[in-house]
Formats: sequence, structure tokens, C-alpha cells
Amino acid sequence: MKLTLHIWRQSKRSTAADFQQDGRMARYELDGVSPDMSFLEMLDVLNEQLIKKGEEPVVFDHDCREGICGSCSLMIDGEPHGPQSGTTTCQLHMRSFRDGAEIWIEPWRAKAFPVVKDLMVDRSAFDRVVQAGAFISVNTGAPQDANAIPVPKADADRAFDAATCIGCGACVAACKNASAMLFVGAKVSHFAHLPQGRVEREARARNLVAAMDKEGFGNCTNQNECEAACPKEIPVRVIAEMNREFLRAKAVEEPPSKKRVGGDG
Amino acid sequence: MKLDSKIPSGAIHEKWSNRKFELKLVNPANKRKYKVLVVGSGLAGASAAASLAELGYQVECFCFQDSPRRAHSIAAQGGINAAKNYRNDGDSVYRLFYDTVKGGDFRAREANVHRLAELSVNIIDQAVAQGVPFAREYGGLLDNRSFGGAQVSRTFYARGQTGQQLLLGAYSALSRQIGLKAVKMFPRTEMLDVVVVDGHAKGIVVRDLQTGEIRTHAADAVVLCTGGYGNVFYLSTNAKNCNVTATWRAHRRGAGFANPCYTQIHPTCIPVSGDHQSKLTLMSESLRNDGRVWVPLKPGDKRKAADIPDNERDYYLERKYPSFGNLAPRDIASRAAMTVCDEGRGIGDTGLGVYLDFRDSIQRLGKDAIAARYGNLFHMYAKITAEDPYSQPMRIFPAVHYTMGGLWVDYDLQSTIPGLFVCGEANFSDHGANRLGASALMQGLADGYFVIPYTIGGYLAGQKPGSVDGKRPEFAQAAASVAEMTKRLLGIRGKRTVDDFHRTLGKIMWSKCGMARSEKGLKEAIASIQGLRADFWKDVCVLGDGMNVNQSLEKAGRVADFLEFGELMCRDALERRESCGGHFREEWQDDGEARRDDQNFCHAAVWEHKGDPKDAVRHQEQLHFENVHLAVRSYK
Repeated sequence: MKLTLHIWRQSKRSTAADFQQDGRMARYELDGVSPDMSFLEMLDVLNEQLIKKGEEPVVFDHDCREGICGSCSLMIDGEPHGPQSGTTTCQLHMRSFRDGAEIWIEPWRAKAFPVVKDLMVDRSAFDRVVQAGAFISVNTGAPQDANAIPVPKADADRAFDAATCIGCGACVAACKNASAMLFVGAKVSHFAHLPQGRVEREARARNLVAAMDKEGFGNCTNQNECEAACPKEIPVRVIAEMNREFLRAKAVEEPPSKKRVGGDG
Repeated sequence: MKLDSKIPSGAIHEKWSNRKFELKLVNPANKRKYKVLVVGSGLAGASAAASLAELGYQVECFCFQDSPRRAHSIAAQGGINAAKNYRNDGDSVYRLFYDTVKGGDFRAREANVHRLAELSVNIIDQAVAQGVPFAREYGGLLDNRSFGGAQVSRTFYARGQTGQQLLLGAYSALSRQIGLKAVKMFPRTEMLDVVVVDGHAKGIVVRDLQTGEIRTHAADAVVLCTGGYGNVFYLSTNAKNCNVTATWRAHRRGAGFANPCYTQIHPTCIPVSGDHQSKLTLMSESLRNDGRVWVPLKPGDKRKAADIPDNERDYYLERKYPSFGNLAPRDIASRAAMTVCDEGRGIGDTGLGVYLDFRDSIQRLGKDAIAARYGNLFHMYAKITAEDPYSQPMRIFPAVHYTMGGLWVDYDLQSTIPGLFVCGEANFSDHGANRLGASALMQGLADGYFVIPYTIGGYLAGQKPGSVDGKRPEFAQAAASVAEMTKRLLGIRGKRTVDDFHRTLGKIMWSKCGMARSEKGLKEAIASIQGLRADFWKDVCVLGDGMNVNQSLEKAGRVADFLEFGELMCRDALERRESCGGHFREEWQDDGEARRDDQNFCHAAVWEHKGDPKDAVRHQEQLHFENVHLAVRSYK
């Protein structure tokens, strides 16, 4: 296969004052691509050729290359992770493109995800949201026997569906508001369906929503682009569940205590 | 090099209790005065960092990924063993211990393995309390499945992504401690050296992968949880960035490296499709619960699978190992696959593959039941190969997966450098010469949640907190040597890319130190690696500078280490003149079955660094089997 690639090159990290820096789309011609290559293997081939010509290779995040670590993160022809549904970039194969295709490759674009270099972005905002309450406050060594907490299979399956999120950020990249509500909703839903998670449900909903807003993610306007882009096909019902948990927390709770949630560790 | 395993006294089931009681404690008010560095954030690292912070220690945790959640533990598919006996099928701590010692072909330390089996039950309790969504039955209780090398169902699972769910559990515990400011997290930060002061590990040197800054961190102890070295083969099921750098550089500073030749070749991976291939994808061993492995009876049979009638198929695992059948352990299943391919009966264009066929279980249980158990794996297979495994059998072939060797540790998980502890795949401790399926997650979490929090206290109690600060000259010296190496790599500007060297090394390792090894092949490999290493330092091309993101530079440092480590691995394989577990020497076999030499090799080989891999000195830790008696491992 022969391809024409247009790739975002940016040498310096985005800042609030200058998000674009020296970024621009660069054009590359690439020949000898096999339809059995993954999209990232195709970029490997490009990078090998660039290095041999004395040009710096294109920077992009990747690791497991089997669709589970959530590292890879490319906007391909305007779609996060490219044209195939339910697929991460690393599992997208060149057989999904036609010979002679022109392909546009960009980083995730969102205020909360500054570009680090080329196609690599900073998704640490997700980690900070998780640190605000996407956990059950249990110390090592404290638990009772695992089977002492029966969980109805239907609840366990719903929790699992939400827990399959790989934290790649495609939902944010797909959203015109750069909203993280699918990501955060998945965390809320996972714990809300489990008895172990219900103890801290109000605090969790409040804290996660506050953290998400603080990081500069937008709001949801029900376009459902996130669900379409999600490589793990997390359903938008998790957003409804998050809203319900948040409203419930507002309705039933006393004003938040000044004490930090999560115990004293 | 002194190798004191510190195995506690008492009967096998009393040893861990005895050790816990013997260990000195650090009182709660003093814990906060000690700082511990945890390198790596996979199952072992995240669980260790979270648990140590919960106890009150100051913890700093480092990972090279952009988030601690992305460590490669996340890719484990099948499950985690625990001796819960929820199936009422005769399981017990002792049986898990027995299976693991036997599965490891009698090359692991009994006391460590028994502790692992004891702790297995606590891991499941801990994970459930964290909200890990394990598979459940309609009554709401936990489900189990079977795995290789066992005749009981003791494997807990979360569809085909048990690793991700357990890692997210550990990551959530870690995140909670980061939020509480009890752990300081350093993502996109790679450890490049250990700082040893007065013989003790008291810090590390890191490179910030975004700014290129080289920094030192001082502490009272260091815990390495940096995974295995499977990527020495270039193609493996490991993530692309997995590497040996942290453990290798600790080895260069004096930590003994044990059994580097013990590597696990996993029998069920998707076959290689071409030279562009960048990594191999595993298909979980759990598939062998319901899939049957076969090849055509006649060599060169190129008919489609569906056109080959049953009486012209060879279900060779069921034939050779009737009592374990398709659930024979990994090393045995891999070798059996190699044997049938060598006989010209391999399938697919390359002849390097065997079938894993679900036809019978789909007929028996229905497509929906199979989809519920393995849906995501089937989906992944279809995506990679563009073939539908519901209507035609999967094509599979062995691939490098896990490394049982690692830094030598005593019973307390302390390396030969005092103050340097090693957990998870990075150490050598529990799996002997072959790891059983669903035991890696168990070991990583046992080490991190339940061993290191106790044993590190025993070390720290004898140390004055903050006794060494970063101003000691050893820190500046270590940082300077890292900076010097970076400068050297950037200054070569040769003609060959880093990946080119890595791929070449991988081919040497796979052909000479892979599934089968021989004296002649290993000697050739050592000479080739020495030549390749010399070429690397003359002709590698790393563009750009060190003061920015530079992925070629990161890779170059890792490949430089693999080029040294690969030679040691071949030397270890050469010196171990027997076959055991994943280490198969062609000279020691009985019709393709490994022939151990307990007379001469019932020991762990521990290598001491002497400046160059060719000068490394081999030491031995003798292994004693007082409970599970040495016997020929049979799965027939």
C-alpha cells in the first residue's frame, strides 16, 4: 500500500497562553505498507525512514499494543482511534484503509490535555480526577472474606461494563465540549453498582464532579459522540447514572464536612 | 557474594508466621520519618506503594508511563489463583503450594512458594473490598475457572481482563494515597541507576522523560517493581516499553541476578504475520478450558480445518497428556507445539502454528455461553487476524511471555544490596523454572500488599531515618554517569536505528536461547551478541537532544542494557547443563521431555557483576525440598 500522511508536529509543550506553539501539519509519503500492519506499526515504519533521513521521528504514546493499556491516542481523519468502532489505534489495521489513501493524524485536542510533543498529550487530569474519589476507602489487610459480600450478577455485570474503561481519553477528544463525563461516569457507575461502593457514594459523586470541573473539562450536551468513539464501548447510561448519583448526593447530604473524604490513610 | 536466604525456622506452614514475629517493628510515630522509593506501578509497585503509605511511611513512586494505571500488569487476561476452595473440589493452601513447586519443576524455594499460597486467599478478599468486579454466579458469589497445571478450579477472573481490573484496584488504592499526599507520584520518569552508599541502597537516579532532567532521589530504602525482561527477544507479549534497565543497573551496582535463562514461552499467542511485526499478542490460557489444540495427522496437509475429519486430526495434548489434556502446563504445551511443527504438521502459510478449536464446546454449550466467557478475546483475535474464531479455529503459536529469572532476593525480598528490595516479576523468587498460569498476578500482589509491608520494617528498624541525604558524593557521581551515557548515545550519530539493533538481538535470542538451547548455539549467540554490542556503540543513530521528549534515546538506553543482559542470559543457559521447566537443553531430554539433573543443578544460579557480562561470576543457592519431594514432573 502507498499512503500520504499528514501528521501534527509540535516541538514544544502547549501552555495556556500558547496552546499551538510551533505546531503544524507535515506531509509524508509512505510506500510498502502491508495491510496486515497495525496503524502503529505503520508509524514505526515511517519513523525508521525518518531517522535514516536524519529527521527526528514522530512522537506518540503507545505501550501494550493490544488495546488495554490506554496509552495510544490518535485522532485519525477526525475520529479518535480512527474509523473502526470499538477499537484502539493499536488494534486498528491498515486493511481498514484503501491503497493510496490520504490520512490526517492529530493529537487529542482538549484544553485539559495539553500537547507534550507531536502526537503525545498530557492526560494527568484523569489521574487527578481519580485521586479525588474514584476508589473505595479500604486499607490493605482489613477486609472480610470475599464471599461475605454477595453481589447480584446483574449488578456485577453492570459494574464490570463501566469498569472496562481504559482511560485513553477518546471520549474527551470526541466531544465538542471536551467533556470527561463518560470517563467520570464510568468510575461513578462502577462503584455505584457494588455494595462495597455505596458507603461513600455521595462524597464520591460530589468530589469527582468538582475535580472534573476544576480540570477544565466541559459539560455534556447529550450528543453521545463519546459513546461512539469509546474503544471499550462504554454506554452513555453511565453519564445518566453519574447525574443521578450527583443529584442524590445533593438531595440527601448535609453540607460537606471540612474533613477530607477517604479517611486518614 | 553472600547468599543468605534467611528461610525462617519451623514447619513449612509456620515459617511465615514465625518470620513475621521475628521481624522488628517500626512504631507508628517513627514510620513517617522513613522514606521509601517504589519504582514501577504495576500490580507489585502500586500495591506496595499504597500499602506502605497506609502504614505511614513517606513514599515516592515512579513509572515511565504517563499514568500509573498503564503498567503492563494491565494486559494480563486469564485470572488469578487463590486457594479458597470455593468449588469444594479438594483445593487447599498445601495443594496450591504443591502444584506451584511441581509446576516450577523443583527450581523454586519451598518456603517462598508456601507463603505465596497462604497469601493467595487474602488477595481475593482485598480485591473484592476494593470493588474489583470479578466474575460472579447467579447466587452473587464468586465464580472460578481452571488453568494449566492444576486439577482444581481455583482461578478467579474478570472476563478476559483480570489484569486490568486488579491493576485498577491497586491503582485506586494508590490514587487514594496520592490524593492524601501520602504518596508522591512521578509519572513519565524512568529510573536509570541505584545509588549505593556505604553498601546500602539509599536512592535512585531518574530521568524526567518530558524535560530530560536527570535527578536523584534519596531515601531509606528502595523497592524495585519493574517487571520482567521478555523484550530481550524483541518480539514478546510484553508491552513495547517493558525493559530490563532498572534491574540490570541494580545488578551493575552489586545486586545478584538469578536464573536469567528461565524464560516462559507461552503456548497460545497469535502467530507472527510479517517482518513489520512489533509485538506478539497473547490469547489467554483460559481458552484451553474450552478450546481443543490440534494439528493434522499427516505432514503437509493443507486442507482447510473444517475439511479435515476428526480421524485425521491429532489432538496431541489430549493424546500425550491424558490426565491434564489441553490444560498441560505452559512449558510442556509450548514444546509439544514446537515438536508437531518440526514434524511438518504445523498449520497456516508459515507452518508455524497449531489450531485452538472451539467447535466442540460451541456445539455443547452454545455460541452465547462461549461469547460470555471469552467474548473480548475472540473480538481481539478477529481484529488482528481478520478471521472469525466462532466459525474457524484460532491459529496459535508459542511466544515469549514471562521471565521467571530476576534479581535474587532472600525470604524478605531483599536483594544482595541491603535496602534494595525487589517485588513481582522483577525478582526470581516463586516460580522456579516455569510459572503456572494465573500465578503472576498472585505473586505481584502478594509481594506488594502482604510481604513487603512487613519485611521492609525489619530492615528499616535497624536504620536511622534520613541517615543519608542527597548531598553525599555518591549521588552526584551516579547522576554524572547517567548523564555521561546519555551524552554518549546522542553523540554516536551512526547509520543504524535502535529498533534495527533490537530486532537483530531478538532474532539471535529467539533462535539460540528460545524454545530449545544447545551448547553450540549458545556459544554462537554469545559471540554474536558481543559483536552486535560493539557495533551498537559505534553505529547507533539517536537523533535530537536529551532535553526534551526523546523516545529514541529512551529506547537506546534500554537496548544497550539488553545487549549486555542477553549475553548473561546465554551464559546462564550454557552453564545450566540440564533441562528444567522453560529451560530446554537439547542435550538433556527424553523424547522431548525435559531431563533434570538434580544431582548437579538443584540450585538457583546467581550472577555477580564484574564489569562485563563475560566476567560475571556464578554463585549458587542450594534448594532443599523437604515437603514436595523431588520427582520427575509428569502430567500424563
